[in-house]
Amino acid sequence: MPLYLAKRLGYYAVLLLAAVCLSYLLASLALDPRAYYEGRQPPLSPSAVDHHLTALGLNDHQPLRERFGHWADRALLHGDLGRTIDGTSVNAEFGRRIGVSLRLLLTGTVVGTVAGVLVGAWTAVRQYRFSDRAVTVASFALLSTPVFLLAILLKTGAIWFNQTTGTDLIQFTGEKSVGADGGFWAVLKDRSVHLLLPTVSVVLFTVAGYSRYQRSTMLDVLGSDYLRTARAKGLGRRAVLLRHGLRTALIPMSTYFSYGFLALFTGATFTETIFGWHGMGEWFVNSIGKNDVNSVVAVNIFAAVVVLLSGFLADLLHAALDPRIRQAS
Amino acid sequence: MSPLLDIRGLDVDFDGRPAVRDVHLTLDRGEVLGLVGESGSGKSATALAVLGLLPGNAVTRGSVRLEGTELLGAGERELTRIRGSRVSMVFQDPLSAFTPVYRIGDQIAEAVRAHRDVGRERARERAVELLDLVGIPEPALRARAFPHEFSGGMRQRAMIAMALADDPDLILADEPTTALDVTIQAQILDVLRTARRETGAALLLVSHDLGVIAGMADRVAVMRDGRVVEQGPAREVFHRPREPYTRQLLAAVPRIDTPRRTARADGEPVLRVRGLTRTFPVLQGSVVRRRTGTVYAADGVDLDIRRGETLALVGESGSGKSTTLFELLELAQPEAGTVELFGQRPGTLTKAETRALRRRVQIVFQDPMASLDPRMPVGDIIAEPLRTQGAGKAVIGRRVPELLTRVGLDPAHADRYPHEFSGGQRQRIGIARALSVEPELLVLDEPVSALDVSVQAEVLDLLRRLKEELGLAYLFVSHDLAVVRNIADRVSVMYLGRTVEAGPVDEVFARPRHPYTQALLSAVPVPDPDRERERQGTRILLQGDPPSPTHRYDGCRFRARCPLYPTLAGDEQKRCAHEVPEFEGDGAACHFPRVREVL
Repeated sequence: MPLYLAKRLGYYAVLLLAAVCLSYLLASLALDPRAYYEGRQPPLSPSAVDHHLTALGLNDHQPLRERFGHWADRALLHGDLGRTIDGTSVNAEFGRRIGVSLRLLLTGTVVGTVAGVLVGAWTAVRQYRFSDRAVTVASFALLSTPVFLLAILLKTGAIWFNQTTGTDLIQFTGEKSVGADGGFWAVLKDRSVHLLLPTVSVVLFTVAGYSRYQRSTMLDVLGSDYLRTARAKGLGRRAVLLRHGLRTALIPMSTYFSYGFLALFTGATFTETIFGWHGMGEWFVNSIGKNDVNSVVAVNIFAAVVVLLSGFLADLLHAALDPRIRQAS
Repeated sequence: MSPLLDIRGLDVDFDGRPAVRDVHLTLDRGEVLGLVGESGSGKSATALAVLGLLPGNAVTRGSVRLEGTELLGAGERELTRIRGSRVSMVFQDPLSAFTPVYRIGDQIAEAVRAHRDVGRERARERAVELLDLVGIPEPALRARAFPHEFSGGMRQRAMIAMALADDPDLILADEPTTALDVTIQAQILDVLRTARRETGAALLLVSHDLGVIAGMADRVAVMRDGRVVEQGPAREVFHRPREPYTRQLLAAVPRIDTPRRTARADGEPVLRVRGLTRTFPVLQGSVVRRRTGTVYAADGVDLDIRRGETLALVGESGSGKSTTLFELLELAQPEAGTVELFGQRPGTLTKAETRALRRRVQIVFQDPMASLDPRMPVGDIIAEPLRTQGAGKAVIGRRVPELLTRVGLDPAHADRYPHEFSGGQRQRIGIARALSVEPELLVLDEPVSALDVSVQAEVLDLLRRLKEELGLAYLFVSHDLAVVRNIADRVSVMYLGRTVEAGPVDEVFARPRHPYTQALLSAVPVPDPDRERERQGTRILLQGDPPSPTHRYDGCRFRARCPLYPTLAGDEQKRCAHEVPEFEGDGAACHFPRVREVL
């Protein structure tokens, strides 16, 4: 098993290298940082533009191969991803943004995943009853609602709630109140209040998605012979459904879980934008708008790393859940 | 004294359709009741209804009493207390009957803990004791194995161990040996007998196999279309059946101990195979695949068929029957050995010659549902081989009705789809398709093993008639030795990829010389309670499972399980260990062949 995992990691290193080269090439070819400086008001002199671009390592008068060489030397050997087009450190921006995305999505994803699994398993057990149909309809309605629409509906609801109660209990802009201070508990409360709406929106989507998958894997298991065996040996209904049913039905879910983890780090562009959180998703969209090659490449590399890690995690999870996989490898 | 189990007026409906009707059965303490019937007769539903294990779409009425306690309509809590404790169950397919993610020992320990207030450790120890009781070697070690690491026979042993966990009064066994090979079936039936001896439990044995029932049951109930048509002591039901249906069923069962007049064919050779070998690589790795081993699927197969003759190729699963068959149909140069079809050597022929040869050899598959395209009318299915051979519209228009009539179907049904026919009719369609291009050799791959006995008898009759009328030769692949005795003229027995014995069917069955053939024949149950009880004392039980085909064994490959081998002298054993027993045409591939009558 360790050998198998080591080999897997080896493949990933090769894939990652390919992803790095491709994303640098693509970003350099598709984005035009010169246009960003030339469009400045007041206009910059051509030599000033060249100066800025050279400082960032993005001067298109230099051959692409050389630019990539310099960038790779710095990034891959020294871990320095360069400067953003506004001159700040990409690494610093990175650290800040990941934190924001994580804080925004972690609670929602964890709660949503657990709830999604439980809801899915529950609806499978109650197949074709009213509760199953109701959850199915609600899930598909949710899944076909655009994120921004749901977020705006949530906001409208919050405004109505605040107005009718005459308080400003629900906050939905940014991570924290401006100038909020006080002890640990006050800060925690302030942050939780801000987190409420985005979390609700993330939970709703996660539950809707996972419960569909979980329902179908659980249905496969419910008709299986080994569940009948478990009943025949005198186990109670709960033990049969959870220990033998859900436990086995979780195996195919491991892949979905891992890629949910991916979304956690690469951010949720719409959710961030609407609720005013400055996370990874927003950064990616903004840097494309600004022709900021270094930032775009950084986000891409990060996404590639997380994708591969997710795949690795899926393998680990799969092996942990299923002894047949453990032994086959 | 009131009976242990008393079923009165039991009805079971699935989605409103009746499956069981007005069934009355009683079972005394320690008694074995055999519940026999064809598929759809309601025998399994009856057994499952006892413990309330029917699927959600089932509705039951009537009464099922366990020592006076009503089980039908009892609460889940009450049933949970009885299941696995006073009444336990052994299911058919041991492959899917264990939860794949838990160790065998833990699953048995779970059954122990479901009813006894014991600690985890004690339950584990008990699981190991139970595995030991059902004859699993190194039980402490094997208890830590996962279900997929067990062979089919081992899993069924473990299943019985689990059923014994709380010393039940009654064991319900639903087709417990149906998915197993015949030598493994003999082992499992033996384990069931041990289990009964140890616990004194009564047994409700559900089976479609009259031979299995004859060997086990004290009393027998025969079911048909959801009803019990006849019930009585086993000897009476088997020897003096009162109901016409029982008589019909007993008459239809092919018997391994009834000699038949066989054709002595002296026609020209149709197929001659010598030393046929086919190996498959074992590959590993996901990105770079490399060969890490070899499966010796066929490793020295000899076959001879003459015109007008039926050769049965028999062997247990994994013996290489199917590989041999598909290797022949490939019409290519074999990996090693020689194949001669109608005097020609496939692989040395031109494209046109190969095409002509293909017409002369056709196949009928095992599963009549899976081998017919569900979206094609049967007329088109039958016409397809004709089209492939370039037949015109006129020929097809004439041949299709002719073929349907020949296999006993109505030519007017040519535009119907496969699902509109019964299993037996579908197999007739498969036969008509194979016959369409007027082949001379028909390869039949387990053609009747998916069919019920009465239908089986009809299809076998049809095959016999067609052979006479058309002068065909058959290569009949089967694991069912009773069917083989019923249809074949000659028989060829395979073990682990090699032919071990061949000859005229009556000679081989009456006087088998290879120890494996003897064990195989001895394991087949006979639908006669008296004879079965007689045979039980002398039955040859092979130990364990066939070894892995990923090795090429030195010497005789049956050695490890051979009942004769341990009785041989030292230098004789040495010969078995180092020298591969040669075999040419008819005879037995054994260094020390001794005739032993086992039927």
